[in-house]
Amino acid sequence: MPKQLETKHSLAIRWLHWVNFPLLAMMIWSGLLIYWANAVYGVWIGGYELFHFFPPWFYETLGIPYRLAEGLQLHFFFMWLFAANGVAYVAYLIFSGEWRALLPIPSSFRRAVTVALHDAHIVKDKPPQGKYNDAQRIAYTSVILMGAGSVLTGLAIYKPLQLAWLTAIFGGYQWARWFHFWLTILFVLFFVVHIVQVVIAGWNNFQSMITGREIVESEEPISSEAEVKA
Amino acid sequence: MRERDDEVLVEQVRELRSSKIERGTADILGERRRLSEPMTETEVNRRMFLRSLFSFLSVGVAGWTAFLAWRWMSDETKYNLLRRTFEFNERVSQIFYKPERLSPEFSPAAISPRRVNGELGMTGEFDAANWRLRIGGLANQSDDLILTLDEIKQLPRTEMITELKCIEGWSVIVQWAGVRFSDFVEKLGINKLPHYVSMTTPDNEYFVGWDIESIMHPQTLLAYEMNGEPLLPEHGAPLRLASPTKYGIKQIKRIGRIEFTNVRPRDYWAESGYDWYSGH
Repeated sequence: MPKQLETKHSLAIRWLHWVNFPLLAMMIWSGLLIYWANAVYGVWIGGYELFHFFPPWFYETLGIPYRLAEGLQLHFFFMWLFAANGVAYVAYLIFSGEWRALLPIPSSFRRAVTVALHDAHIVKDKPPQGKYNDAQRIAYTSVILMGAGSVLTGLAIYKPLQLAWLTAIFGGYQWARWFHFWLTILFVLFFVVHIVQVVIAGWNNFQSMITGREIVESEEPISSEAEVKA
Repeated sequence: MRERDDEVLVEQVRELRSSKIERGTADILGERRRLSEPMTETEVNRRMFLRSLFSFLSVGVAGWTAFLAWRWMSDETKYNLLRRTFEFNERVSQIFYKPERLSPEFSPAAISPRRVNGELGMTGEFDAANWRLRIGGLANQSDDLILTLDEIKQLPRTEMITELKCIEGWSVIVQWAGVRFSDFVEKLGINKLPHYVSMTTPDNEYFVGWDIESIMHPQTLLAYEMNGEPLLPEHGAPLRLASPTKYGIKQIKRIGRIEFTNVRPRDYWAESGYDWYSGH
């Protein structure tokens, strides 16, 4: 059976993806150092706090307390790289046309439900898909929007006077901080789900984010020229 | 080393992978596949092996280099890099800075309960009745100019209800009354503004440095009243700085001396690794 090498992820996508990983990690880590100084958020249900961000053991284990200045230094250094990487990624998607593989359309939401049911072994058939299925399209587009949201809410906290209009859009300084925090929690949740899915998808899929290529079954016969080369 | 020929790609429409009956998102958006020429299994495996080797080596070398660079960098180098980034961010902020932009002001109903944080420079003996404001760095004047609180209160009074933002992340809405620093400067008759203003507590234990643009902002006050009452000692009586243009660490309490200077002044928290500018 003849095979083909499919270019799944271009060189730019792979580098931008992998560079983003340590950058986002540094933003979250330095963000924790900053958040500790005014750790006010939690999950509340009916006047009872179910979970507080974060319990003392969490700070102690990671050695977070009293590192606000360091957190601010790192945050305001890596913010440039994180934002630049994100802008480069979006620019690349637009100019290369690869947005076609990534963006969802209104009917994607219906298909994404089928994908989820298929993954849960409830539905047998999978909706047709390209590089990504419709659930992936929604997830990966959301995470880009979350990145944009983090940059914008971050700017709203960083420059609440010069960018007062932006801070006002988020409902004021404290609400902007609230959104900035919860977006970070969403990033962490995305990361957990992403890792689980990558593990389930297996080595070939993971490898394609590093090599860019995946081996696929060919529906065409080997041309005589290629056969000679082989 | 790198296999180039499998980059000779055949672009195909995604339809290949779609079911015949239903169109998927990929088809609708016109996503294309990029495939190499068909080849034998042996050949495809050989290429994939070389490609994997090259890719994993590249990623490994890149990651390891970054890790080693970070490890080998001395703490001092790292600190300098991050401090220079603060200074770079300051220059970027100043490019976009517009003095006419104002911080939002709030209604009296929005005023928060008072919150006290920090007593640096205010722990020693202090005789409020004999307090005087000393002003240095004025042109053609070698001695400090000395003003009483009453003299300061005779200058035009400005009130504002603004949000005081602590660098820790919390904020309170406070009503301030005092003299605009810009009005104060006008009364002093300063013709040529210097680049910076330095302020210290009477015991010199706490000190802040301000860039001239932020201190001349119309919402930067030398405040003597807070929430409709004279300043309380813990909030910086008799005179403090109040301004939504910077974090609370910059809004020095119990000012003893103000100096106009072209040399970037020392700043208490900047010397502990915080951003000297800390501007909003």
